[in-house]
Amino acid sequence: MNLDLIINKLNLKVLTDNKDFSQIQPSHGYVSDMLSCVMTGAGQHSVWVTLQAHGNIVAVARLLDLSAIIITEDAQPDEKTIAKANEEGVILLSTEENSFNIAGKLWELGLKDK
Amino acid sequence: MANSPSDNSRRFQNKVITDELAGNITRVEELAYILQIEDVMTRDIKTLTPDNTMLDLLEVLKQYHVSGVPIIDDSTKELVGLVSTEDLIKCLANDDAKAPIKSYMATDLITVKTYDFLTEALKKFSRTKVGRLPVLDKEEKLVGIITKGDITNGILRALEKEYQEEEVRRYRASHLFEDIESDRSSLILRYNIAHYDFTSGGKASSNIKRALLRLGANAQLARRVGIAIYEAEMNLIIHTSNGGSIHVEIEPTQISVYVWDNGPGIEDVELALKPGYSTATEEVRELGFGAGMGLVNISRCVDEMDLQSEWGTGTHLTLKIYLKGEDIFGEGYQKRQGEDNES
Repeated sequence: MNLDLIINKLNLKVLTDNKDFSQIQPSHGYVSDMLSCVMTGAGQHSVWVTLQAHGNIVAVARLLDLSAIIITEDAQPDEKTIAKANEEGVILLSTEENSFNIAGKLWELGLKDK
Repeated sequence: MANSPSDNSRRFQNKVITDELAGNITRVEELAYILQIEDVMTRDIKTLTPDNTMLDLLEVLKQYHVSGVPIIDDSTKELVGLVSTEDLIKCLANDDAKAPIKSYMATDLITVKTYDFLTEALKKFSRTKVGRLPVLDKEEKLVGIITKGDITNGILRALEKEYQEEEVRRYRASHLFEDIESDRSSLILRYNIAHYDFTSGGKASSNIKRALLRLGANAQLARRVGIAIYEAEMNLIIHTSNGGSIHVEIEPTQISVYVWDNGPGIEDVELALKPGYSTATEEVRELGFGAGMGLVNISRCVDEMDLQSEWGTGTHLTLKIYLKGEDIFGEGYQKRQGEDNES
């Protein structure tokens, strides 16, 4: 399982700078829009699925060493957030689909809870 | 940055790629957008003119161990062609070694500029079959040549430099407590947090986490302290009147965190500690805060938590993390060297 595969299979838009995503191997998945829950629930190298698109998701991902954030329902982070993510090495992905569908597809690809 | 492409690359030969080095590989693509062609190109190049013969070319290829030579017009000094080993083979097959270079050189040239980023060269290499690109300056004059090998070497050099810089920083910091003798040494980090400054939210906790890693803390400990301080930081941003301050005191065997604000304070401390209880406004909740889990998360991440608050006066939050065994700063570091602490 690598991020490149996830991006392709789920048809995700890459919002931050391009990288060699095949080298990034997420270990778990987590879904929540409440940041404090993510703080407790998301393991290291998780993919986090959320509706939130504001700047603070970058700080959370950086602190928890998350592999990537998938922003659902086409929520758009502003330019500052994307710039901050690039600066901190956090990967932002986006999709029109909702969190439930994305979580289902990640599970089918073999990504599980920690 | 040095210009000779060969010096550092040799140091990577026969070198075991450690996890830390491998972690840097994802940085390669980033570097391709940061490094410019002139940072990695070969500058000292041998050129020929269109009227030199293919035999002259053979001599240059042999003498300089290169596989291609740019052709410069004698009078205008402009780049007019490129001739490679392949062209020489074609010429020899025709038994035509005395022919002038102009009858064999490629004139349909793909070039890059000194100020282009490496990605530009990478794109051109992948789109065409050429093995080298002439590099032109602003005035369209030939100043160098770039090959895929130059790019690899340039990126390796840049990675090695960054890697060493981080290692040096980490080494110096991790010896802090061993090098400085006193009856009780501690390092105090102070951060001021402004009310409602969501843009900077997480900055203090990220910086503290990085500081701990540099001091030699393992990833687990740094993460735990980072989470606790993030929640405290967000509380200052969301719930105070004038913001507040965070002091982190790092000692070899313990980390103490003091979070202060001057109001408004917590009306019911017991209730505030209940999982799920929050006084956050609707606006803040929409940002994903106010789950009522902040203080609960903090207490889970630390060994001791003390919350003192008076309505109208302010709140003091004190956190203690006790370090045992290899987590002890100074002593633990030696044993951990070689492990990948930051992930």
